Amino acid sequence: MPMKIFFQVLLYIIFAPVVGGILAGLDRKFSARLQGRVGPPVLQPFYDVLKLLEKENLVVRRSQNLYIWFFLVVIIFTGALFFAGGNLLLVAFAFALGSIFFVLAGFKASSPYSFIGAQRELIQIAAYEPAIFFTAIGIYMVTRSFEVHTAVAFPKPLIIFLPGVFFSLFYIMDIKLRKSPFDISTSHHAHQEVVKGITTEFSGKALAAIEVAHWYETVIILGFVYLFCASNIFLGILLSLAAFFAVVFVDNSTARAKWQAVLFSSWIVTFVTSVTNITVLYYLHK
Amino acid sequence: MVLPIFLILASLAVALCLLVIKGEKLRQFTVIAGFCVIFVATLGLFRYSAHGVQFIEAHSLLADRLMMAAEIFLSLWLILISIQNKKFSIVLLVLLQALPLFWFEHFGRHVEAEYNIFVDHLSIVVALIVGIVGGLICLYALGYMRDFHAHFRKEVKDRQPLFFFLLFIFLSAMFGVVFSNNLRWLYFFWEVTTICSFLLIGYKQSEESTKNAFLALKLNMLGGLGFAWGLIYLQQNVGMIELDKLMVASKAVVILPVMLLCIAGLAKSAQMPFSSWLLGAMVAPTPVSALLHSSAMVKAGVYLVLRFAYILNGTTAGFMIALIGAVTFLFASFIAITQSDAKKVLAYSTIANLGLIILCAGIGTYQAVWAAMLLIIFHAVAKCLLFLCVGVVEHKIHSRNIEDMSGLIISMPKLSIMLQLGMAGMFLAPFGMLISKWAVLQALVDYNPILAIFLVYGSAATLFYWVKWMGRLLVVTGEAENVEDTVSDSEWFPLITLSFLTVMVCLFFPVIAAILVKPYVEEVFSRTVTMGAGDITIMTIMMAMVALFPLSFIRHGRKVKVVDAYLGGANTPGGVSFCNSFTVPQKMEMKGYYLDKYFGEKRLLPMGVISGAILLLAGLVFCL
Repeated sequence: MPMKIFFQVLLYIIFAPVVGGILAGLDRKFSARLQGRVGPPVLQPFYDVLKLLEKENLVVRRSQNLYIWFFLVVIIFTGALFFAGGNLLLVAFAFALGSIFFVLAGFKASSPYSFIGAQRELIQIAAYEPAIFFTAIGIYMVTRSFEVHTAVAFPKPLIIFLPGVFFSLFYIMDIKLRKSPFDISTSHHAHQEVVKGITTEFSGKALAAIEVAHWYETVIILGFVYLFCASNIFLGILLSLAAFFAVVFVDNSTARAKWQAVLFSSWIVTFVTSVTNITVLYYLHK
Repeated sequence: MVLPIFLILASLAVALCLLVIKGEKLRQFTVIAGFCVIFVATLGLFRYSAHGVQFIEAHSLLADRLMMAAEIFLSLWLILISIQNKKFSIVLLVLLQALPLFWFEHFGRHVEAEYNIFVDHLSIVVALIVGIVGGLICLYALGYMRDFHAHFRKEVKDRQPLFFFLLFIFLSAMFGVVFSNNLRWLYFFWEVTTICSFLLIGYKQSEESTKNAFLALKLNMLGGLGFAWGLIYLQQNVGMIELDKLMVASKAVVILPVMLLCIAGLAKSAQMPFSSWLLGAMVAPTPVSALLHSSAMVKAGVYLVLRFAYILNGTTAGFMIALIGAVTFLFASFIAITQSDAKKVLAYSTIANLGLIILCAGIGTYQAVWAAMLLIIFHAVAKCLLFLCVGVVEHKIHSRNIEDMSGLIISMPKLSIMLQLGMAGMFLAPFGMLISKWAVLQALVDYNPILAIFLVYGSAATLFYWVKWMGRLLVVTGEAENVEDTVSDSEWFPLITLSFLTVMVCLFFPVIAAILVKPYVEEVFSRTVTMGAGDITIMTIMMAMVALFPLSFIRHGRKVKVVDAYLGGANTPGGVSFCNSFTVPQKMEMKGYYLDKYFGEKRLLPMGVISGAILLLAGLVFCL
């Protein structure tokens, strides 16, 4: 058993960035086609990162990149916990810890744009946290365990019991994948109101680390989605991919929202869907 | 002599000495000696932790008479001072408590207590906090008050003997609260803490502090009213005056008096609708705020409610108390986002965390009580550290506005790191509060997941306001001078000890849980929580990872090229301003998000207070 877990984690650490990078490439291709362009090659995100590694390390504050390295390490750790079948609450806490390192990096950089970006990133975290916790709680209510491996071993698809919780997770996926309308902290387009937001002052290897961490994050969040249909491996993967491309599609068809919309709509959607779902489950169990 | 009684009397003796000592050197010596004695004696309490509950008869006619005399004197004095200040509602509150109490004492049913004092693991936990954290605050107060009076030479009259007298009386009364088995005694010590806090909050004697002191007095007297009436009911209708007998009585018989006693606990722990006194208490000198918030006053409140967790479990009244805690946690966390005054952020965070403890006590399952006890420990240490840091920072930068704290990492590097450590201790994985929050969440989903909603949304807000503050400490704009050398040793010592403790309670939390928390939960509920060894390992790995972070700063930033921040224009030399489109230098500014329009105090506090009041009344009605 420990051997098996070890290999799961090892596979995750090696292949998560590959999968995340390819998904990012497919995303760009897909988006380009939607916009009537040819788009870059699917492997373009890898070329970008390799190029970033060659660049000079420019910083505003000497220690700012340390926060980024810890962001990457903690995110990798979070995924390792998840793919080892660990406790979902611990995964959620570790996920938050990683994101906080990222936010602190933005503050540390001491530039007005990264400062605003960092605050907006905080709003984003506050916006998606409840949905992540309700996912864990919902899964607990069905499987009586917070462990990922129990959720995976559950004989029926969890989405049958947790449609509301699934919807709230899908809703906040947009934030976690940094997609419009919810990409308020690191806008993809540098000419917009917050320049590049929280990432403005990061370049070279640090920026590459942010990219790679994002690939890991993508895989983790898709892992969460997978749990809802884990009883059938193909359906599970299909559900994750469908959710991913649905988010990309939404990204292409909406304009960026204000922070108020991000925060309150996420909270309200989470409340209406997740809380109703959990309340119903609670009274059914009673 | 037995330790609990020794602790009460020793603190009292130190207090009395301090009242008459006028010289500063001698005062310093007495405070340090007092701290050492109390510290060693509190550690001695571990001796009791190997056994279950232990009772001590401690019958003393003298003690009873002295308490009675002190009570009469204090009541009369309160009436006098309230009339002087035209606070007639307080006169009424005093009379409503004192008259029935004296009446039934002499004409009602007389109940004799078998054991006046007892020690169990819950009292040990709280006593350890009072002795160690409270003691450290007294030490810190030495340096702080010297600075304080140097700073407010004209405005505030130097009444340090009284100040230190009150601090130690406070400790003495706190020990009394946690060790009393006789509810009559408990009530006496309870009222002493109320009066001490009243005097300490009003220490500055300014208009604002007098006003807030009376507010604290009024709300706590209101709670005290619940205590007094609950006590009378117990004595007259149930024929009981001891905690241990109360705990084994049938729930139906004692739920009403317990609810009344819980009102006192809720008032003292500043739960909505009573929370405003704790916010007002921020006008007091920082050691007072720290003492009220982290180790003493508020801990007495949660202690009392947590005592009754077993009785509250499964009752509607208990559920209402749990809801009060939940509502308080949610609203206080939201409002904390909008505060830029560091002490007010800490105050709201305190109210919120006490709400969590009350929530646990209200549902009263074994898991919830386990979580609540851990919360009490972790919160006391980290919050005290934060208060004491803010106190020093305020003296050095002459502001306690969070927005003014940028560059603190340059001007006060050590303090800034301690502040960050304290904050991490308050909300971040894998530190203490987070471990307890995890336990709370677990307890809630097993009991009633609907209560978890409050926790989930409140935690999102918690994360927001702490990280925002942490980030502000990291921001550096321009050069700053290091002003840390002027911080006195009597301030450094508690700060360093508390930082160390913050880390240690996290590292050794399985040990603490095993020797202090587990025995209590086992004794009351006959079962206990076991944390998976795997999860503890993971927490330890995370701890190690976070511990690596400060180490990474050694030799950092070697292979980097430092450039100016991008400001959206041509930077002027120095990198903190740029040429705007009129070629005029424009200084950059960074202002935090406070979301006041949405989570403002004016908007949310009344909502919280009203919901708290409704829930409280509902709880009382359900007991009848």
